[in-house]
Amino acid sequence: MDALKRPVRALTAQPWFRLPRQPMLRHLTFAVLAGVGLYFLTNWLSAFNDYQAGQVAFYAIALAGLTLLTGINGQISLGSGGFMAVGAFTLALLYTHTNWNLVPELAIAVAVSVVAGGIIGIPATRLRGPYLAGMTLTVALGLPYVTNQYNSIFGGDQGLTTPPPTGPSDINPEQWLAWIQLLCALIVLVLLGNLLRSRFGRSFRAVRDDEIAASLAGINVPRTKVIAFMVSSGCAGLAGALLALSAGVTNSAEFPLALSIYLLAGVVLGGTGSLMGVWWGAIIVVYLPNEWARSLANAFHANSLVSANLAIIIFGLVLVVMMMVAPAGIQGALRWVAGKVAAYFSSDPVTNMTLPLQEPPGSNINSPDIAGGSVTETEKQGV
Amino acid sequence: MQFFLNITLGGIASGMIVSAVALGLVLIFRATNIVNFAQGAMAMITTYIAYAILHQGANYWEALLAALAVGLLFGATTQYVLIRPIQNKSPLNAIIITFGFLIFLEGIAGAIWGSTTRVYPAPFSESGQKIGGTQIAFSPFDVYIVVAVLTLMAVMLVLFRATNLGLRMRAVAFAPEAARLLGVRVKPLLTLGWALAASAGVLAALLVVPTSSLTPNFMDVILVYGFTAAVVGGLDSPVGALVGGLITGLSLAWVGGYLGGSLEPMGALALVIISLMIRPEGIFARPPARRV
Repeated sequence: MDALKRPVRALTAQPWFRLPRQPMLRHLTFAVLAGVGLYFLTNWLSAFNDYQAGQVAFYAIALAGLTLLTGINGQISLGSGGFMAVGAFTLALLYTHTNWNLVPELAIAVAVSVVAGGIIGIPATRLRGPYLAGMTLTVALGLPYVTNQYNSIFGGDQGLTTPPPTGPSDINPEQWLAWIQLLCALIVLVLLGNLLRSRFGRSFRAVRDDEIAASLAGINVPRTKVIAFMVSSGCAGLAGALLALSAGVTNSAEFPLALSIYLLAGVVLGGTGSLMGVWWGAIIVVYLPNEWARSLANAFHANSLVSANLAIIIFGLVLVVMMMVAPAGIQGALRWVAGKVAAYFSSDPVTNMTLPLQEPPGSNINSPDIAGGSVTETEKQGV
Repeated sequence: MQFFLNITLGGIASGMIVSAVALGLVLIFRATNIVNFAQGAMAMITTYIAYAILHQGANYWEALLAALAVGLLFGATTQYVLIRPIQNKSPLNAIIITFGFLIFLEGIAGAIWGSTTRVYPAPFSESGQKIGGTQIAFSPFDVYIVVAVLTLMAVMLVLFRATNLGLRMRAVAFAPEAARLLGVRVKPLLTLGWALAASAGVLAALLVVPTSSLTPNFMDVILVYGFTAAVVGGLDSPVGALVGGLITGLSLAWVGGYLGGSLEPMGALALVIISLMIRPEGIFARPPARRV
């Protein structure tokens, strides 16, 4: 056993093995490594797989926003799909009426979604738990259909066209789009990772764990909640705009209630409260409905009705079962394994080295307490 | 004026249905602090079962009674299997579970019955009546809706106010620990509460379905309106559910009539926001006290 332990210990003790301690450098290192890896991956994949990689990227953005809101700040939102629609329609209107470059269009789409998030988020600060869930459910159900009321602006059932941007002629369009979407995802994740290590991130977690204690510590609780809501809807808006580019058209049918449910399931699966977990969630949200459910249905020779509905049955089942059995999600499970591995190789009983999957001490962004019931603020009325 | 009168009457009828949904949500929330987002989907499944019973040759009333019984059973089973294990965990868990159960049930309904719309018959005529030479949009079926929901409310009122069982259920909702110390068996009563709530949801679904149509997601919007009504009235007040339902039904009928049907869900959102700005606990709620 020691024969294995010693070289591993020697390796991990090297200075170059450790990731930078400073959050900005640490996250940039991650992002650059991931970017290089993804560049080669997209070159290697077929055009259709590139298209799906792009989908994974924008779902990762939406899931990161929702993770921040639900996992880190403790506000449950079912309305992400509604804010995605805001971003998508903003981009579509800009595309229809201007001939601007994609970058300002995306920036304005994010800005409009942030404002929309603020409008809904300010009354939402008065709400917690089921009230907030119900209100955001109304957003998911109602907001996309507002566009059906104004056909002359939003193009009715057909919607507006949002063709994917064309890159250099020697790069195929799916790959170019995937690069744009993956780049956006990496930028968003670096920014959110830094945000969570900052004063704001600590305030988000403090408010989640105990609002009264947080306000006693000088945190402006309503403002913190609104900021989390706005950041989250900005992410959703960017994801929606990128979805519009993938879809080619933007109409209300692109943003059904099922989309918001997939996103919630993605957050729960990836692990509430873990930014790295959004990749697992995004992969599942893209591949389960489109590929895996279909293969599963074919394997069992199920009829077309079953195969069309299998994905949402699985998502529903997964939400229920995960919440009862493994509330920390996939990333929580990986973290647990990584912790065991680190403890095994560690010379000290208290782990004294940092493996890539472990967070630096004192910044545990994973929050089993969301699920485990140690959220101290329980609302008991009239007792 | 004629138009205003007609959409207002329509709003009263739909408001009564919304009240029944809100009552189901309130019954569960006041006992367990959980909003059952799956209530609409549970009622939808039960409605498909009622539809199947109708097609076995039963008449409307037999199917109605059977559906209410199935609803009771379904509610009790759901509470027993899904909610009891997580009763003492964070409310977030319960929200995600009921939401997951909602789409699970919609997926199951889609897999069995498909998304083709089915027509569920009404027991009375759905066309408006002539009164004194003017056509008004209040059909015998609308009268039936009002009577049915008021009957449901009356039965619940008698149950909760005039029976020993109701007293125990109120005790469990008000102070579970104290009730348990006084010898009330809390868990079975919570299960019973879910059963009653589910059957209220089933009644609402059977009142909605003749005028909409039977599809796997026909209850989504109704559930959202029921939630709106429950928030407006106060999530722990059955009287609030009735009043909130009427307010919601009327407001949405006016929004739909004057601004356009696609804006109704946003009207519900606006109503929730306005009501939370003015009176965050709802009109009839007990004053909240948060334990630190």
